[in-house]
Amino acid sequence: MRSKTAAHTTAFWRDIRVLRVTGQILFLIAIAGGVWWLIHNLQTNLSDSGLDIGFRFLGDTAGFPISEGISYDPTYTNGYAYWVGIVNTLRVAVIGIVLATILGTVIGVARLSGNWLIRKLAAIYVETVRNIPLLVQLFFWYFAVMLTALPMVGQSIRLPGSIFLSRRGLYMPWPTLTESSDTWALFLIGAGVLAVVVYIVRRFQLRRADRPGFPIAWALSTFLAIGIVGWFATPGTPLALDVPVFQRFNFEGGLWLSTAFLALVIGLATYTGAFIAEIVRGGIQAVSKGQTEAARALGLKNSLVLRLVVLPQALRVIIPPVTSQYLNLLKNSSLAILIGYYDLLNVGTTIFNQTGRAVEMILLIMASYLSMSLLTSLVMNWYNRRMKLVER
Amino acid sequence: MIRIGHDDDGCPADRVLPPPTERIPILRWLKLNLFNSWPSAMLTLAATALIVSVVYGLGRWAITAAEWEVIPANLKLLLVGTYPLEQLWRVWSIVCFLSLLSGIAAGRRRGIFLRISLVLFAATAVLAALPFAVVTRGWLLGCSGAALAGYGLGSLTTRIGNQRWIRRIEILAWVLSFPLSLIVLNGIGGVLPVVEGRNQWGFMLNLLGAIVGIGLSLPLGIMLALGRRSRLPAIRIVCTVYVELIRGVPLISLLFMASVMLQLLLPDSFRPDLVIRAMLTITLFSAAYMAENVRGGLQAISRGQYEAAYALGLNRMLTTLLIILPQALRAVIPAIVGQFIALFKDTTLFGFIAILELLNISRSVLGNLQWRGRIFELYMFIGVVFWVLCYSMSYISRWVEKSLGVGER
Repeated sequence: MRSKTAAHTTAFWRDIRVLRVTGQILFLIAIAGGVWWLIHNLQTNLSDSGLDIGFRFLGDTAGFPISEGISYDPTYTNGYAYWVGIVNTLRVAVIGIVLATILGTVIGVARLSGNWLIRKLAAIYVETVRNIPLLVQLFFWYFAVMLTALPMVGQSIRLPGSIFLSRRGLYMPWPTLTESSDTWALFLIGAGVLAVVVYIVRRFQLRRADRPGFPIAWALSTFLAIGIVGWFATPGTPLALDVPVFQRFNFEGGLWLSTAFLALVIGLATYTGAFIAEIVRGGIQAVSKGQTEAARALGLKNSLVLRLVVLPQALRVIIPPVTSQYLNLLKNSSLAILIGYYDLLNVGTTIFNQTGRAVEMILLIMASYLSMSLLTSLVMNWYNRRMKLVER
Repeated sequence: MIRIGHDDDGCPADRVLPPPTERIPILRWLKLNLFNSWPSAMLTLAATALIVSVVYGLGRWAITAAEWEVIPANLKLLLVGTYPLEQLWRVWSIVCFLSLLSGIAAGRRRGIFLRISLVLFAATAVLAALPFAVVTRGWLLGCSGAALAGYGLGSLTTRIGNQRWIRRIEILAWVLSFPLSLIVLNGIGGVLPVVEGRNQWGFMLNLLGAIVGIGLSLPLGIMLALGRRSRLPAIRIVCTVYVELIRGVPLISLLFMASVMLQLLLPDSFRPDLVIRAMLTITLFSAAYMAENVRGGLQAISRGQYEAAYALGLNRMLTTLLIILPQALRAVIPAIVGQFIALFKDTTLFGFIAILELLNISRSVLGNLQWRGRIFELYMFIGVVFWVLCYSMSYISRWVEKSLGVGER
């Protein structure tokens, strides 16, 4: 600790406290100066070319088509077109994350399998996929597989359940609403409310009795039971299956997934899945061997050892790095622009090309990605905390 | 492990015997590893069927259907793009010089350098035996010769001369080789003619981007990581905001920004070249991730290390440089090399801003009517090139980690 006399004898320009504060102030001035210089340049450059900064262009008519996503046509506004892009990005990211998680878990467990061949196969998969750039893989899936190897739409590959795959994309049956859907929706809303009530009551009961149990299973079965009853109670069928049928040049009806979407989802899921597999493997290996042995000694089967003893403990190690993989997948979905899928970056750059609004569009794109990243990490951090509470 | 004597009475570590190895006959090995239960046996059969069908299909395609002519015919275009043929000696001489340097390192240090040089030597020697143009084969032979000569020279210098000065000269040569190579490649006014079309150099741009990015983003990342742990709030907040902002957005959006917004942010007189912009972007992007990796290593250093260093009279700067950073970096070698690999793979995104790197130039090859439809062959070639380099990087990282004894001390 510094004594008072020492403080008196030290000149202020050698006093560490003064130096720290001045150092920081100088640093901030340098940063602020740099930012000011950039903004100043921006203003001069914009006024030279007669532009201004403003977001009113988002209200103008877009005028360009977007081939997939929620209902849209070129007469809608730029802002709405951008929203279509955001929904498309989320669609790819959510489906990709689900598939990558499943694939990663399976491969990660396979890498620790007792079967030599399975172990090696999983290792080959991981090492191959991780060491080739994602863009090369996406191009491979899109240009080589989807657009070259698949047949023309006339000779579509027919998969079981009226699913058709061709260079035009994937056509599959999809439920559509009918006149009696509203009645059924009422049933479903009622079922949802009741399920929540059942969940709360059951949880309260279990907690009072201090017993373990699965209140969520009770809630789910309530929901399902009322939903099924409602299905039969409503006159007519609430949902009709819209099956794709080949007309003269193309399929009509059903759900259409573009080849770009398929390539993107497959590419992202297999790529991120390989990384998740390594994380899962590391997480499982981080659980001490004694845990497995103790569980076996208690007479649990291999599958039960994995499900009840190893995975819950491994999850704590796994969740943080998997979260960053999810974020990577979300960010990597922006590669969509290079294979022509209309994600938010693609729509954003299209709007920029139409309007010339570089600064605004870049701010908007950055803000969209930042908020989506933030949202994902919030959810995953919440889940992480929940898993942590289980510990003792 | 079987130990001679008791652990308690201080048995020397070198007397620990390796565990006994059990010899398992092949049939028993098969039963243990492939058919130890019914589900396992089914999986083995299914996997065998899968492997056989994939290998058979791929092999049949590669031999009968594939037309590999597209690769050798466009090899120069893919690797160095539009770099003029009569200036190609510059690229070759850089490769030869680097072979020489790695040969010297192999001769002086053995270990991993020897393996790298051996691979380099073998690869160039084998390639020289392939039917390329005579000039190419000559240069390839020159490269393997340079590696060999370097090895001899390196072995020689371990016995004679002032070791300290030789080491300094060697390190200086490695450090200088980098800017020197860039100058030789690009040309310099008056001495070497400047080569135009820098954004069309094919795979060379991927390599250059990765080397520049790795060389700059590691120091920058270390500074950011130290800044994020600084006691001075202004520095800490600025570093944290930078790292989090960069990590929240995709690289491709930053490249988009570099290509369309940079000219708005800079004065008219200052317009960096497209390639320089791309390299700058990938460096700034990668530095944020590098910072997080390094920060992880810094957090793993126990407080006692700082206290011991202060007790020895080191100031903060020396403590960080000599005590903390070496340990922190050693602890996170895999993560850092993983980031290097990611950076190298990310150079394929340069194509987005109209730079003709390997992947983008392959698309112009495909645009050529003569090579239409040779898409599988080309992508397989690109995949193999990236795979070999990325896999070697992770192999080297594992080796370095082992030789530094991470997790053992």
